[in-house]
Amino acid sequence: MKKTFLSILAALICMTMVFSMTAFAAEAAPVSTVEEGVLNIATNAEFPPYEFKEGDGFAGIDIEIAGAIAEALGLELKVNDVEFGSIIGGVQSGKYDIGIAGMTKTEERLQSVNFSETYAIGVQVIIVKEDSDIQTADDLVGRKIGVQQDTTGDIYCCGDFGDENVTEYRNGAEAVQGLIAGKVDCVVIDNEPAKSYVAATEGLKILDTEYVTEEYAICIAKESEDLLAAINGVIKDLQESGKLQEIVDKYISAGEEAEEEESK
Amino acid sequence: MTEWFNSLADTFYRCFIEDSRWKWMLEGLGNTMIITVFALMIGIILGIIVAAVRSTYDMNGAAMKKKGGPAYIFLRIGNFICNLFLTVIRGTPVVVQLMIMYFIILINVTNGVLVAIIAFGINSGAYVAEIFRSGIMSIDEGQIEAGRSLGFNYIQTMIFIIIPQAVKVVLPTLFNELIVLIKETSVAGYVGVMDLTKAGDKIRGRTFEAFMPLFAVAAVYLVIVIILTRILRIIEKRLRKSERR
Repeated sequence: MKKTFLSILAALICMTMVFSMTAFAAEAAPVSTVEEGVLNIATNAEFPPYEFKEGDGFAGIDIEIAGAIAEALGLELKVNDVEFGSIIGGVQSGKYDIGIAGMTKTEERLQSVNFSETYAIGVQVIIVKEDSDIQTADDLVGRKIGVQQDTTGDIYCCGDFGDENVTEYRNGAEAVQGLIAGKVDCVVIDNEPAKSYVAATEGLKILDTEYVTEEYAICIAKESEDLLAAINGVIKDLQESGKLQEIVDKYISAGEEAEEEESK
Repeated sequence: MTEWFNSLADTFYRCFIEDSRWKWMLEGLGNTMIITVFALMIGIILGIIVAAVRSTYDMNGAAMKKKGGPAYIFLRIGNFICNLFLTVIRGTPVVVQLMIMYFIILINVTNGVLVAIIAFGINSGAYVAEIFRSGIMSIDEGQIEAGRSLGFNYIQTMIFIIIPQAVKVVLPTLFNELIVLIKETSVAGYVGVMDLTKAGDKIRGRTFEAFMPLFAVAAVYLVIVIILTRILRIIEKRLRKSERR
């Protein structure tokens, strides 16, 4: 029994060594990727307008930014649709080159991966039913809150209002369905998808007061420093040329913004 | 070697000790057990009712048809409803049934665990019904004839002679259903219920470690199933005492 355990252990150690060696070998080439000539991105395509499924493929702000990065680096874009909570793990273990999913840079995530420069500002807002008595974030104390599992909204709410008051759904749309069905009193989620959900559903509104403001960035494995530098360069170029704003405007129409202003 | 061990200890700390994350696992395990136990109770009650209707129709339908009357019509309608129930429940995935329950049918029930108990209970009822029916049908017809000839009526024969023997036959299969049910409840996370799998998922989402939480969750399920299998073996041994083999 002990012998088998030791031999398994030995095998595991050998495997770890081999893997770490291959990792070193890969680092030598400039902007190396998991698959040669392909930029593998991980995202969770349930987060409009940042990423969502459209026809057979994917669309959204993040997808287009990833496309622009791939183009600038001379790579082919390949989108992998995975669960939000699996993105960092996948990037860390070298399954994907980058994770781009409206992801906020947090201290905890920085322990596992590196983050690029910020490419967009995200705001966590509160969706309620139109006749709800919840007015500000302070009113959430003791209420049932719906969130998308593993998002920053989830982490902040669990911290601020306690695990027992937070119901975690697989994706934002289900959280909103939970709100409509009366399972939760409000949904805390990023501003942009919140607008899409509210626009698509009767009887919901977004509170004027924001819950948290945060910065979106792309996550990259700690080993791929060359890729990080290259991506930061591309983001800078996209910002300077105004292409980034163009992409954002394409999905978040000016008309919607004006309406927002009016209601305020 | 020590470095590898240290990193393992560090991962363990991050996954279970930090922020008292082990409490999620405990809460998840509790919910998994609650859902399984109560769902199986609903399943057994529902299963016995459906099995009784179906096996009565199978065994006595032809005889009653000749006699006719309202009893036969009731039985036929009951049999039709039971068949429909079995077809729909066994023909659709349990995750879909769970979400239909949560988002559409039981819209006023805010307690996710209760919704899960009902959804898994109904689902389990369909399988348990067929298990019981096969048990009742497996008992030799001579047993019924013997009971009837001794002056028992049909229901007495069922309760005192057929069902005790049938239970013994179906027990291993019923236990198997319990084991399947425990693992099936792992989809309860779809409706925001914190079960064991979801607890592991939550730790995975917070720590971005895949290995430790997933193996911990797998190990807990495995231990529960091993314990249950042991118990089943003891019960089977006791029941076999009366057999002449």
